[in-house]
Amino acid sequence: MATVDIRDVRKAFGSTKILHGVSVGIEDGQFVVLVGPSGCGKSTLLRMLAGLENITGGEISIGGRVVNNVAPKDRDIAMVFQNYALYPHMTVFQNMAFSMKLAGAPKEVMEREVQKAAKILGLEQLLLRFPRQLSGGQRQRVAMGRAIVRNPQVFLFDEPLSNLDAKLRVQMRSEIRELHQRLKVTTVYVTHDQIEAMTMADLIVVMNHGRIEQAGAPLELYDRPANVFVAGFIGSPAMNMLEGRIEGGAFHGPGGGAWPLPPGAPASGEVIYGIRPEHFRLDPDGLKATVHVVEPTGSETQVVMHIGEAHVLGAFRERVSARAGDILPVSPDPALVHLFDRQSGQRI
Amino acid sequence: MSVTAIDTWARPRQRQGALARLFDWKPFLVFICLLPAVGLLLVFLTYPLGLGIWLSFTDTTIGRAGQWVGLENFQYLFEEPIFWNAVFYSVFYTAVATVGKFGLGLWLALLLNNHLPFKSILRAIVLLPWIVPTVLSAIAFWFIYDTQFSIISYLLVEVLHVRETNINFLGEPWNARWSLIAANIWRGIPFVAISLLAGLQTISPSLYEAALLDGASPGQRFRYITFPMLLPILAIVMTFSIIFTFTDFQLVYAITRGGPVNSTQIMATLAFQRGIPGGQLGEGAAIAVSMIPFLVFATLFSYFALARRKWQQGESND
Ligand SMILES: Nc1ncnc2c1ncn2[C@@H]1O[C@H](COP(=O)(O)OP(=O)(O)OP(=O)(O)O)[C@@H](O)[C@H]1O
Ligand SMILES: [Mg+2]
Repeated sequence: MATVDIRDVRKAFGSTKILHGVSVGIEDGQFVVLVGPSGCGKSTLLRMLAGLENITGGEISIGGRVVNNVAPKDRDIAMVFQNYALYPHMTVFQNMAFSMKLAGAPKEVMEREVQKAAKILGLEQLLLRFPRQLSGGQRQRVAMGRAIVRNPQVFLFDEPLSNLDAKLRVQMRSEIRELHQRLKVTTVYVTHDQIEAMTMADLIVVMNHGRIEQAGAPLELYDRPANVFVAGFIGSPAMNMLEGRIEGGAFHGPGGGAWPLPPGAPASGEVIYGIRPEHFRLDPDGLKATVHVVEPTGSETQVVMHIGEAHVLGAFRERVSARAGDILPVSPDPALVHLFDRQSGQRI
Repeated sequence: MSVTAIDTWARPRQRQGALARLFDWKPFLVFICLLPAVGLLLVFLTYPLGLGIWLSFTDTTIGRAGQWVGLENFQYLFEEPIFWNAVFYSVFYTAVATVGKFGLGLWLALLLNNHLPFKSILRAIVLLPWIVPTVLSAIAFWFIYDTQFSIISYLLVEVLHVRETNINFLGEPWNARWSLIAANIWRGIPFVAISLLAGLQTISPSLYEAALLDGASPGQRFRYITFPMLLPILAIVMTFSIIFTFTDFQLVYAITRGGPVNSTQIMATLAFQRGIPGGQLGEGAAIAVSMIPFLVFATLFSYFALARRKWQQGESND
C-alpha cells in the first residue's frame, strides 16, 4: 500500500501534446477513478504510472519514491488491461503464477498464493483451463487474480469492464469494489463510464483534453461541479444547460420564461443556467412547459419538454399522466440550480 | 371468377426438367464441382508420381520401354556407395541448412520486428535473395567461390593476411559441401525471416507489457512469450523449409553439378544425373522414389507438430 503523487505530469508523443500538466495526490488505500471522454489521455496517464510510457515532464512518485526512471517491474504495481492480456498459451494457474515463477518462487509458495487468490475470485474450478476456454467475466477475474497474486502497492485498471455485457458489468463493479475493501490497496481505475466512476470511487478525477477539469468525491462533483464540462459529464441523465442572462432577480432563458435563481446569485450578467432533470418538480405555480415526449421508466418518468424555446429534460419520481402537447407546470428547485459564467464556463 | 377460387389460389409449382433436377441433386453437384480439381490433380500430380514409381520397378532406359524387374533397382542402389553418399549429404545438407536458416532467420525477424529506421527498406533488402532467380544467384556464387577470383579468398589472403593461399571452395569435397550449405542458407533466410516476422506481428503487444510488469527480462520474454506463441507458425515454416531444402535441385546442380567426384550429390541431383544424362530412367526413378520416405517423415512431423495445440482450441469445456 502506498500513496501516489502525480505532479505536473506532461506527455507528448513527438510534437503532439497529450497531457498538459496533470497533478493528483492519491492517499494510501484510496480508490481513484480517472474518467473522461475518449481520447482525453486517461490510458496514457495510467500507462505512465505503470512505466509503460515514459514521462515527458513532471514527476510521479509511488510510496514517496520518485519512479520516473524506475523500471515497470520495480514499481511494485499490477495492472489489469482492457483486453486482459492473458497469456493464451498458459493455463489460468500458470497465468496467475507467472510473476512468481519469474521471481523464482518455490512451487509450494506459488501453489499457496494462487489458491488464495483463486478462492477470493471464485476461480478454483478453472485453474487448469486455458484463457480461450473462459467466458469474458472469468477472463476478467483471471486478470484480476494475476494482479492480486503480485500483492502490489498499487492496482491499475484500464477500463476492465468495457468488454462485458451490462449485467456482468454491474456485478463485476461491486466485486472490484468489494475486493478493494478487503485488500485496501491503492487503486487507480480508468473508465469513460461516469456511472462506474460515481459508484466505485473515493475520488473521481475528471479529465478532458489532457487536463484535469475537477477532482473530488463523487457527490461533491455531483453537487458542486466546477465547470460546464464536469456538470455535463457527471450525472445521468445529463444536466440541462441554458444560455441566457440574469435580470431583475430571475434568469431569462431562450424564448422567455423567468427561472428562479439560487441564493447568492449575481444580480445581473450573462450566465449558463444548469439544472439537473431530477431537480424539477411539478408545481402549479411553475413555468409552463409544453410536453414533447413522455418516457416512463417505471421508477421515474422522464419528460422532454419546451420551456420558452429551451429544450429541457425533467425526471419526476411521481407518475406523470401528461401527453404530448399538454402544458405541464414545473419549477426547478432553486437551491439545486448551478450557475456558470457564460464566457469561461466556470462555476459562479 | 368466384371468391373461393381466389381463396384457394396457390403459387403454381415450377415444373423442373430432368436436367434441372439433376443439377439440384447434391451428390451430382459435388461431383461436378470437384471434377476440374480432381482432373488437374490426376493429370499433373498423380500421373507423374505414379509413372515415377512404376519406372522405379522397371529397367527402362531412354529410348527403350522397360521390363518389370521388381526391387532390383533398389537392391542395386542399396549396395552402391554413391547412393548412400547422396543420402548422407541430402540429410546433412537439409539439417545444417535448416538450423542455419532458422537461427539467422529468427534473429533477423526479431530485429525487424523492432522499431528501426528505414524499416520497410530493410525488409525489402531482406527479401532480395529470394527474388533473384536461383540460377542467377548460382552464377554469383561461382564468383564468390572461384578458386582464383573469390572475394572471400581475396579478403582472407590480401586484406586480413590470415591465409597464404586461396581457398579451393568447390574443388575439395568438404569445402564444396559447406559452400553449398552456405549458399542454401543465404537463399532460404528471406522466406524464414519474413514468415516468422508475420508470426511475430500477430503477438499482441499488451502481452509483452503484461510480462514486463510481471518482471520478465528480455530473455524471459522471448522464452515464455515469443517462442511459445511463435511455435505454431514456426512448425509450418520449418516443414516447408525442410521439404524445399531436401528436394532442392537448382542450387546444387547449378553450382557444383554434384561434384567434385559426386561428393555434393544430393538425391535429387543424383536421380537426375542417372535418369536423364545417364539414360537409366529406371534407376533414376528408384533414387527419386527413395526420397519419398524422407518427405513423408517431414510431412508427418508437420502434421503432428501442427496439430492444434490445446491452448489454441476454441471454447470447449475441458
Ligand atoms: N503511441 C501514441 N502515439 C501518438 N499518439 C498517441 C499514442 N497513444 C495515444 N495517443 C493519443 O493520445 C491521446 C490519448 O490517448 P489515450 O489512449 O490516453 O486516451 P483515453 O483517454 O484512454 O481514451 P479511451 O477512453 O478511448 O481509451 C489520443 O488522442 C491518442 O490518439
Ligand atoms: Mg483508454
